[in-house]
Amino acid sequence: MHAVDGLSLSVGRKEVVGIVGESGSGKSVSMYSMLGLLREPNVSVTGSVRFEGREILGLADREMRVLRGRDIGMIFQDPMTALTPVYKVGWQIAEQIRAHQDVTKAQARQRAVELLGEVGIPEPHRRVDQFPHEFSGGMRQRVVIAMALSCNPKLLIADEPTTALDVTTQAQILELMGKLQDAYDSSIVLITHDMGVISEMADRVVVMYAGRPAEIGDRRAVIRTPQHPYTWGLLGAVPRVETKRSRLATIPGTPVSPLNVPTGCAFAPRCVHRFEKCDERPVLRGDGHLDACWLSSEQKVHLRAGTLEIGEGA
Amino acid sequence: MAVFILRRLVSAILVMFSISILVFLIFFATPGVDPAARIAGRSATPQVLAQVKHEFGLDRPLPIRYGLMMDHLFIKQDLASYVNVGDKVIPQIEAAAPVTLSLVLGAAVIWLVVGVAGGVIAAANRGKFIDPLIMFLGIAAISVPAYWLGQVVNLITQSKLHSSIFSWVPPSGYVALSSNPGEWALHLLFPWLTLAALYAGIYARVLRAELVNALNEDYVRTARAKGLSERRILLRHALRCSLISIVSLFGLDFGSLIGGAALLTEVVFGLPGVGQLTYTALQNLDLPVIMGTVMYGAFFVVLANAVVDVAYGFLDPRVRLA
Repeated sequence: MHAVDGLSLSVGRKEVVGIVGESGSGKSVSMYSMLGLLREPNVSVTGSVRFEGREILGLADREMRVLRGRDIGMIFQDPMTALTPVYKVGWQIAEQIRAHQDVTKAQARQRAVELLGEVGIPEPHRRVDQFPHEFSGGMRQRVVIAMALSCNPKLLIADEPTTALDVTTQAQILELMGKLQDAYDSSIVLITHDMGVISEMADRVVVMYAGRPAEIGDRRAVIRTPQHPYTWGLLGAVPRVETKRSRLATIPGTPVSPLNVPTGCAFAPRCVHRFEKCDERPVLRGDGHLDACWLSSEQKVHLRAGTLEIGEGA
Repeated sequence: MAVFILRRLVSAILVMFSISILVFLIFFATPGVDPAARIAGRSATPQVLAQVKHEFGLDRPLPIRYGLMMDHLFIKQDLASYVNVGDKVIPQIEAAAPVTLSLVLGAAVIWLVVGVAGGVIAAANRGKFIDPLIMFLGIAAISVPAYWLGQVVNLITQSKLHSSIFSWVPPSGYVALSSNPGEWALHLLFPWLTLAALYAGIYARVLRAELVNALNEDYVRTARAKGLSERRILLRHALRCSLISIVSLFGLDFGSLIGGAALLTEVVFGLPGVGQLTYTALQNLDLPVIMGTVMYGAFFVVLANAVVDVAYGFLDPRVRLA
């Protein structure tokens, strides 16, 4: 089975690329496989991953380890389980620093205190010696972010960093990530299923469905003139205050299982606009703003207008 | 942490107190049973019965009887057996306890080292040849009963090969640590290995399962994303968290073994420990001795569990709050 198939994306320096899609669409798996974090013996990853021009797919674990944590930091979905429960948070941050930099324990600890302060944890001098269970979810996610940033990574991969948090905390964490991205000059790959998060943070957007890219383009382009019916569905499912629609639009059906992806367009079984051509697998096409849908540009403009009522402010 | 330890010890003392009441009630207040006749043993004369009645205050109210009993057991320590007339109970337990303690402590060191090493090696090499091999050895060690293994070991070391490679093995029995440490260890070596085999097998299997679970936890993924080595992830993160269940298992096993559950090994190797003392007392229906060893065993289980809970506090910071 192919969990991810035919995904190609590039992240420029200081760029924020958002990957969006439903659960099981291969967002996380694609990132984990790039970094060698998939440990199942039956997994095979083919293709090419280049980091600063260097091929990193198939690197020995020893070399990959140097990149992970130092050049590429990761933030995970659930901060409640992402930290080892039996160690103080400062120790865990210092552990990462000392794995990559030749510093003393005291220096690493000092850096941990600074980092905790930078991510907005009050009283970092005291909190550095506390255990993960003594922090709230939002505070733990700040610790995870501090840890990911501890070695000034060039690329930050955030796997649904706000999904497990409550709404007010989500906004704070997003704001913090935006602020830190400016301060640290990092590029970010932001994995999410929330179009709202994408519209706030991303420079470029990759919409994924069933392990395949459905649409790729700049944020403005994807949100204002989405080309793929699946993207229409995702955007239609974002609640809006200004419209009078009483029910949120949903995409009918359930995400396709990666075990039996249709031979043609993967989204066709759920798509209301499908036609004969959809039995053939669509290719990503377009100029800068790519999409994998057989509808013609005119049809898309026409059908989109009927599906979505997007205000000019979006 | 100090408060946590103190609180745990106080609760252990309370549990011991309740156990002493419970044991007392079982022996002295079971309806329809005359405790005097039980204590005096079979074929006791009326004079002996009267003496027992007086000594244990059996004609007085229950709380006073409890007080008298505890006085005999712990303060005067003059509780005596009526089956083997004149044998004091406490000195017997005091003589047997170091034997059992030596046997169980030594075996515990072996089974912890072997079990933890086996579990870690198996988990680190899952899917490779060595993993099922260790797990098979584990199940084999669990399946072999101690009395059979002990007898086979005796047969080989004391008889079949005693004239050749095992000529250094001393005859079975016990030599006190204080009198000759070398002989002490030599006499206990095979009893240790025999007793440890079962537990090493259990611990290796349990730890492997725990480690494999832990290695699928999110925090291990975080540790990998931090760029740590697999070895460090396994030992510092996964093993550290998995040890919690091993420690709780250890508390239960160690307590019950000290309390007399090492009986089979003691009997096979002729070690005069608590298990053997209880076993002989049961055969003779020597009630005072049974009561003494039951109390002693229960106290060790409680004590071992208290120590385990304190160790928990060190291993898992979340426990300290509770």
